[in-house]
Amino acid sequence: MTPNPTRRARAAMALGGGIAATALVLAGCSSSPNAAETPDEPVALRMTVWTADETQLAMFQEIADAYVADNPELVSEVSFEPIPFEDYTTTLTTQLAGGNAPDLGWILESYAPEFVSSGALADITDTLKDAEGYDYDDLVDSSLALWQQDERLYAYPFSNSPFAVFVNTDQVAAAGQPNPADLVASGDWTYDAARDISAAASQTSGKQGLVVRDFDYRVWENLASIWGGWGASPWSADGSECTLTDPAMVDALTWIHDAAFVDKAMPGPGVTADFFAGDAAMTITQISRASALDDSFAWDIVPLPAGPEGQQNVIGQAGIGVFANAKHPKIAADFLAYFTNPENAEKLATYFPPPRETLLNADTLAAANPRLSEEQLQAVVVEGIQDAITKPAHVNFAKLQDAVRAELDALWVADADVEAVLASTCEAIAPLLEG
Amino acid sequence: MTASALQAVDAAERRGPRPRRSAVARRDWIVGYTMVAPVVLGSLAFVIAPLIAVVWFSLHDWNVLANTFVFSGTDNYERMLADPGLHNSLLVSLWFSIGLVVLNVTLALFLAVLLNQKLPGTTTFRTFFFSPVVVSLVAWTIVWSFLLQADGGINGFLAVLGIEGPNWLRGDVTAMLAVIVVQVFKNVGLNMILFLAALQAVPEEISEAARIDGAGAWRRFRSITMPMISPTILLVMILTIVGSLEVFAQIAVLTGGGPGNSTTVLVYYLYQQAFRFNDFGYASAIAVLLFFIVLVLTLIQWQTRKRWVFHEN
Repeated sequence: MTPNPTRRARAAMALGGGIAATALVLAGCSSSPNAAETPDEPVALRMTVWTADETQLAMFQEIADAYVADNPELVSEVSFEPIPFEDYTTTLTTQLAGGNAPDLGWILESYAPEFVSSGALADITDTLKDAEGYDYDDLVDSSLALWQQDERLYAYPFSNSPFAVFVNTDQVAAAGQPNPADLVASGDWTYDAARDISAAASQTSGKQGLVVRDFDYRVWENLASIWGGWGASPWSADGSECTLTDPAMVDALTWIHDAAFVDKAMPGPGVTADFFAGDAAMTITQISRASALDDSFAWDIVPLPAGPEGQQNVIGQAGIGVFANAKHPKIAADFLAYFTNPENAEKLATYFPPPRETLLNADTLAAANPRLSEEQLQAVVVEGIQDAITKPAHVNFAKLQDAVRAELDALWVADADVEAVLASTCEAIAPLLEG
Repeated sequence: MTASALQAVDAAERRGPRPRRSAVARRDWIVGYTMVAPVVLGSLAFVIAPLIAVVWFSLHDWNVLANTFVFSGTDNYERMLADPGLHNSLLVSLWFSIGLVVLNVTLALFLAVLLNQKLPGTTTFRTFFFSPVVVSLVAWTIVWSFLLQADGGINGFLAVLGIEGPNWLRGDVTAMLAVIVVQVFKNVGLNMILFLAALQAVPEEISEAARIDGAGAWRRFRSITMPMISPTILLVMILTIVGSLEVFAQIAVLTGGGPGNSTTVLVYYLYQQAFRFNDFGYASAIAVLLFFIVLVLTLIQWQTRKRWVFHEN
């Protein structure tokens, strides 16, 4: 008797399912790459990035090509896939959903907890520690915090770019205002001083005052560079409680609201102003933007001002992770160890302040940032990374970002009731913080 | 010839041409199916299969980051019932559709009637109103986003007239109005051309006869033109309503769903759930809901056409 075809198909499906399930279990067990085993054939690795800067990509490729030359049995090529910043995380997750995970990818700090806790990233601790000459202990502990879970590292924070204030000294001088660098020296560089100078400069020039770059009244987390001076944060350190209604945050957001709507020191909603095009007197942004400056106006760069709670450094981080569901996580982790070893980290420091203690000095950074003086680098970068906090991050960040954005829209009108808006925001995000 | 011989000949004749017929039929069959194959295969691969897949996904809890794909039955559908965000987006979509359909159809018909007059320059105006249809949607929307800013072109123009314009994209009502107007100007030209074609197909004799009978312009339009172009009105209504439910780029570029959630239409909400919150299972359930809304709306209009579309049986 011939076997019933349906039964045979079912048996084949069961077998196939069994094999798939076993493969999944094995894949799950082996998500901690520590040594790259030699594959049958050299593999091609792919890393997603959000920079499209050709000189940066050329540098990555140069490092990658050297790795390929050293390890021809492991890797045939490493390619870097630029994805526009605005759609970066969305495109990345779509690739993951489509079963087309890159081997490695840049990850935004705000999404770090979500990526780390979800199991999307492979544990790279042992690979980095065991890599020859890696000097794992040189990595600054505070910069790793966001990328760790249970003391295991899931991504390498390759960029630790401090937020600073760029000043158009031409516009400030034209308004007869004190030079911010002098205020830094005298210890009078406060947010109130920055607001008054910006308001006066704006009135004189007819342009804008202080611009928090990329905030645009939507990307509220960029305001962290200001509210740090008030010692405020949107939620508790463990991410379970809303702290937007704490007096520190109410005061900080009242200050921001009034700076925009009362003092006219900041552009209001719907007004675009690009500091680097000469549209504004000051901007708070990351040091890495210095490359956008030309010599069309005189400029300076100073640390973030002090708030009522003193001066708080804030950094923006970005990590490189190895995707657990990629085809070759072990080899990808091995490449990451090479890409970020002390020698290559120094090369990368040209654009991305590294998380390595030994490289965080004005000498190393000066070679990489010719537009900034050693004094500026010492004050803004080297000291800016010390004791710095990062922008808000949470395991539920995407939903929180949207929920807070929707609620804070009520704050960005002239007659807003700051306390009421923040109370309503806390109410809206409470379930997301608990979840 | 005996009867049996006749039968044999008859049978042979029947057998004779049969292979020829069947060869022709087979060839026709092959040619026919080859010709429709690209469309059929395309529809299967890019319409039917994804449609079935979306229904299947909607029955699962699928988080792409965590790489979980767990059967959850009707959980996603039950969640829709208790999701205030979804209810808000349905309401926003309703307002958007009403605003868009009323404004778009009225304006398109008005422009078509104007351009149907035998006046000089109508071709230029026709091209003028149709040109946005062929412009890239995203480029069109980005240009409008600059015009609609607080210090943008529209408020600059109003300031010249001594009027202080609102911050269009930051007020609940003005943001919705802005998105509707941007969409209307983008597509009104297409509807206008459809109406114009229909108007030009209305026989002049009927209108002429009514005029001789003493009917005024409005009466002629209401009692003759409108019934004669009613099939086109139906078509335009269906296209506009279905199109209004698909609006996405304008929301993403102009308002991001804000201020608050006042312009978070259903498709934008779906996009957020899938691509921002990585909740593909729930987003699939919303896609199924959207599919049924479009299906039901189209069926209702199709069924009611007999009552109000002229010369439908």
